[in-house]
Amino acid sequence: MKFTGQVYKFGSNIDTDAIIPARYLNTFDPVELARHCMEDADPEFPGKVNPGDIIVAGRNFGCGSSREHAPIAIKGAGVACVVADSFARIFYRNAINIGLPILESPEAAAAIQEGDEIEVDLETGLIKNLRNGEVYQATAFPEFMQGIIARGGLINYVKESK
Amino acid sequence: MGMTISQKILAAHAGREHVQAGELLNCKVDVILGNDVTAPVAIAEFKRLGREHVHASDKIVLVPDHFTPNKDIKSAEQAKILRDFARQQGIQNYFEIGQMGIEHCLLPELGLVAPGDLVIGADSHTCTYGALGAFATGVGSTDMAAAMATGEAWFKVPESIKFIYYGQPSRWVGGKDFILHAIGDIGVDGARYMSMEFTGEAIRGLSMDNRFSMANMAIEAGGKNGIIAADEITMAYIKGRVKRPYHIYQSDEDAVYARTIEYDVSKLEPVVAFPHLPENTRPVSQAGEVWLDQVVIGSCTNGRIEDLQAAAEILKGHKVYSGLRLIILPGTQAIYLEALRRGYIETFIEAGAAVSTPTCGPCLGGHMGILAKGEKALATTNRNFVGRMGHPESEVYLSNPAVAAASAITGRITPPWEV
Repeated sequence: MKFTGQVYKFGSNIDTDAIIPARYLNTFDPVELARHCMEDADPEFPGKVNPGDIIVAGRNFGCGSSREHAPIAIKGAGVACVVADSFARIFYRNAINIGLPILESPEAAAAIQEGDEIEVDLETGLIKNLRNGEVYQATAFPEFMQGIIARGGLINYVKESK
Repeated sequence: MGMTISQKILAAHAGREHVQAGELLNCKVDVILGNDVTAPVAIAEFKRLGREHVHASDKIVLVPDHFTPNKDIKSAEQAKILRDFARQQGIQNYFEIGQMGIEHCLLPELGLVAPGDLVIGADSHTCTYGALGAFATGVGSTDMAAAMATGEAWFKVPESIKFIYYGQPSRWVGGKDFILHAIGDIGVDGARYMSMEFTGEAIRGLSMDNRFSMANMAIEAGGKNGIIAADEITMAYIKGRVKRPYHIYQSDEDAVYARTIEYDVSKLEPVVAFPHLPENTRPVSQAGEVWLDQVVIGSCTNGRIEDLQAAAEILKGHKVYSGLRLIILPGTQAIYLEALRRGYIETFIEAGAAVSTPTCGPCLGGHMGILAKGEKALATTNRNFVGRMGHPESEVYLSNPAVAAASAITGRITPPWEV
């Protein structure tokens, strides 16, 4: 799966409270959560993000709470993929489990800038910056996780394996 | 090559003699936990699986503690999803308002977690149970759903960082300061994907309540779990609580660690974490002049009886600073009742504090003490992220209960020896 999108850039340690503040956790409706996606990191984000856009962030993206509402909000906002220097453990699991594509690449996270257009190939893990032609290689997923990703998440994976 | 305590517990639950860091395992889990924020998502995902029954209803624990007693209609609907699911699936370990406590205070108190257990919880502070010598880690709702259906979860075997705490701590220093100091040292992602193993004479001398505070905040260093091997203090705590067989694990002498870090706790002062990350730590004497609008004592980090005791001893005979709001939340009904019997609640109310029924409430900016724009709070909770307790332009500082109580009296962040 390959897609192209415009980049919104965030710094390090973007926590799940910034991604979706707890004041909105009295629902898990993706449409409603998307209205507040990244609100405490950038209040204007929900208004300006377009389907297919890509988030690029620094270290430890998604640290903090286990709320799956965080990747659900990002996916609900139409964000195609999150590229980061590194992901916090629970967010990483949750994103894979709900089928939100994520890629870990310190080089890409450092070099890509806000507003860049990038092309992401989920199969090869190659990230191409269309502004300057630079290409970065993301860390490959273990085979087992690729199986979950290929089936669109953990629920389908469990359904098929039993 | 030897194994760490965390690796041994994972190996045992995967039916393996030996495992090593980096391996992916499918493990049988002993406890699956969810709350009123995460379990509704898990229950919806479980239904999508098309299974009629959960794999084992006695392994599931549901605690509506985040937005309860229900703060609004939407929260009431979420809590109802848990109640209905528990009834329908015959889940005995569902705790209604009145029996409910903050999940990570409640489960150990009721003996629902034992040493050597493998616990997953759809709450990041599930790592608290590592204080009992269990492997306990936070997961998301979909993981919880899959585990409810299969009784299993997948794990990557973590590397471990060994923390050795030695020396004799001063009167005002405890588990909260030990862990905040470590987070300040290694950073909020210093133990990312790793197990944090807490050892040394200072840990052996810590009470269970202090150990729970420590293990609770392993996640704030990015840790997968925090763990303290069970000893006689653990045994004394679980006696009469845990009513099923359990197994005690110890790390091998030749276990391999990614890092070993030593701290001399005799040199530690109470620690305060400044906004907006738990790693922004300073000794309390170097906090400077930080005036406060609110102080919160409670949460899954510091809502236990020894925490309330520390606060009561300082507040006794004092008044809360004029214009400051002191909110105290005992972690469970049993803790509340014990505090009442010991006279702490009377002390709190006479001092001018508001005492609440157990709830996560203000810790995550849910209810029961939300901050307005520009307000500052000192809390015994675990996170001080932007907007954590309310308005995105409010501030949260973290400390132990003694510092929080002293600060409630003076109106600004204050060392306990100054009141």
